[in-house]
Amino acid sequence: MRPAFIRTLVELADSDPRINLVVGDLGFGVVEPFAAKFPSRFVNAGVAEQNMTTLAAGMALCGKVVFTYSIANFPTLRCLEQIRNDVCYHRAAVKIVSVGGGLGYGALGVSHHATEDLAVLRALPNLTVVAPGDPLEAELATRAIVDAPGPCYLRLGKSGEPRVHPARAALDFRLGKALTVLDGHDLTLIATGTMLATAVQVAERLAGDGIQARVLSMHTVKPLDTEAVLAAARETAAVVTLEEHSIIGGLGSAVAEVLAESDGARVPFKRLGVPPSFTSLVGSQEYLKAAYGLSIEGVLNSLRESIWPRLGQRAFAAAL
Amino acid sequence: MYSTDNDTLDASLDDCRALALRIRRHVVRMTHRAKSSHVGSSLSMADLLAVLYSRVLRLDPSRPDWPDRDRFILSKGHAAAAAYAVLAERGFFPVAALDTFYQDGSALAGHITHTGVPGVDASTGSLGHGLGLACGMALAATPGGHGRDARSYRVFALLSDGECDEGSIWEAALFAAHEGLENLVAIVDYNKIQSLGRVEDVMPLEPFAEKWRAFGWAVREIDGHDVAAIAAALKAAPFAAGRPSCVIAHTVKGKGVSFMEDKLLWHYRPPDEQELRLALAELEAL
Repeated sequence: MRPAFIRTLVELADSDPRINLVVGDLGFGVVEPFAAKFPSRFVNAGVAEQNMTTLAAGMALCGKVVFTYSIANFPTLRCLEQIRNDVCYHRAAVKIVSVGGGLGYGALGVSHHATEDLAVLRALPNLTVVAPGDPLEAELATRAIVDAPGPCYLRLGKSGEPRVHPARAALDFRLGKALTVLDGHDLTLIATGTMLATAVQVAERLAGDGIQARVLSMHTVKPLDTEAVLAAARETAAVVTLEEHSIIGGLGSAVAEVLAESDGARVPFKRLGVPPSFTSLVGSQEYLKAAYGLSIEGVLNSLRESIWPRLGQRAFAAAL
Repeated sequence: MYSTDNDTLDASLDDCRALALRIRRHVVRMTHRAKSSHVGSSLSMADLLAVLYSRVLRLDPSRPDWPDRDRFILSKGHAAAAAYAVLAERGFFPVAALDTFYQDGSALAGHITHTGVPGVDASTGSLGHGLGLACGMALAATPGGHGRDARSYRVFALLSDGECDEGSIWEAALFAAHEGLENLVAIVDYNKIQSLGRVEDVMPLEPFAEKWRAFGWAVREIDGHDVAAIAAALKAAPFAAGRPSCVIAHTVKGKGVSFMEDKLLWHYRPPDEQELRLALAELEAL
């Protein structure tokens, strides 16, 4: 997603002189094309995320569209009050970009695992929260957040995420609108960010057992596409959320809020995500995802344990 | 370059003194009516605001969003009473609105707030944010020219001494010097008292001017109640080519009301009826 983001940003900046990029001394091998092409619109704020965020707000209040860029929790939790007071309260056109959302930095350790960012940032007024599911969504999200007024948070994977959407032409990407990647009526898998590819792979495995899963890419966690959630609850037999994030406060919580407050949307529901404890195991992203139940097998196991029994054996005999 | 039809930048020093006095009267009335804290913090910077708003800032009250206006960020947002007072005196909104400070449904929050208040460039209240905001605004000004005209507008940030405990102030200080923000002026209202005691006891800043110099700023120290000195310093900025300017204004907390001067108590205590009468009597007599 990282290459797609910077490629798109350079392209947009070419025709939009408002666009500036402020980095917190990170982005080696990523941000150079922007810095080379637009030296006067590239700022390295140093290892100082509070000032990076606050000065971006100041620039935005003077007419700029400013991307802040760093990794994991540094552009978010490290400078949370700056995001709240300086960016969000002023509705400043600051687009906060974090690379390596979730467990993308694998073996680098807990400091580099962004597993509470969606929960925390989702609570901030005026902030749109976006976690694209593949490189194509990352590109389209980058375009969309420039067009959207005010503050946005763009949570990206690191790099090497598989392409999920086959064709760009067919993709009607709009902030706040879920994308239906696969349609089905047996259950719905709602994924955000880096769990989208896993959700599709799980759906393919289920299809082999005759179970037709709907897969929604909920790239915008806030504002949430409540219509898509309620339709899933109405039209399919179960709803499961998947996110590389704590099960507290993120996509799963957002979907739960909608389901709990709706009339008649009584449907078996399960949040799949990182358990609410520190991810202190050491290993690659794939290793950690597996360890925390977010691999294809891990998700299938959770479905067997938490969803199938609630649906009755007849419906999903094959899967049992 | 710094003259428009709406400017009053040629106000006399006597006009500045008179404006400072009016700000102080508003402040004691506002904090009394609101039963609010921070009267001392507002009084210590009244002279700085009076000079800024009558001789330095290029503003147009009829166009608060004028893109090329000078920006003013009150980083010590708790001293909002004085800032609202000077904005009302300058005609950004009616003086009568000052009566609504802290009141239910008012636009005038206890910490300076931009929503619904013309002339406020940014909301603050949590300390350590204002200098970074000012850096971004200064950087966003259109480059060109040199000296004070190096960019299309200047940006002034008024800081408290206590907030210089915040690491974010020094992040911004490093940044401003690195970027050579000539159009940025930081003013520190150095009244020597912070929230729980004297600065020298709580978290000493000295050698303060040397710190700013070491961070790459051009520094002047002035008496923050001498309107001539304030005007001379602020008009002279930038003090050095290619550097941001820092004015360390030595002030007295609670300045202008004898029983409030240099007392920690008046960081918190609002004047009661009797104290209000005494304060106004002193401020009328000046």
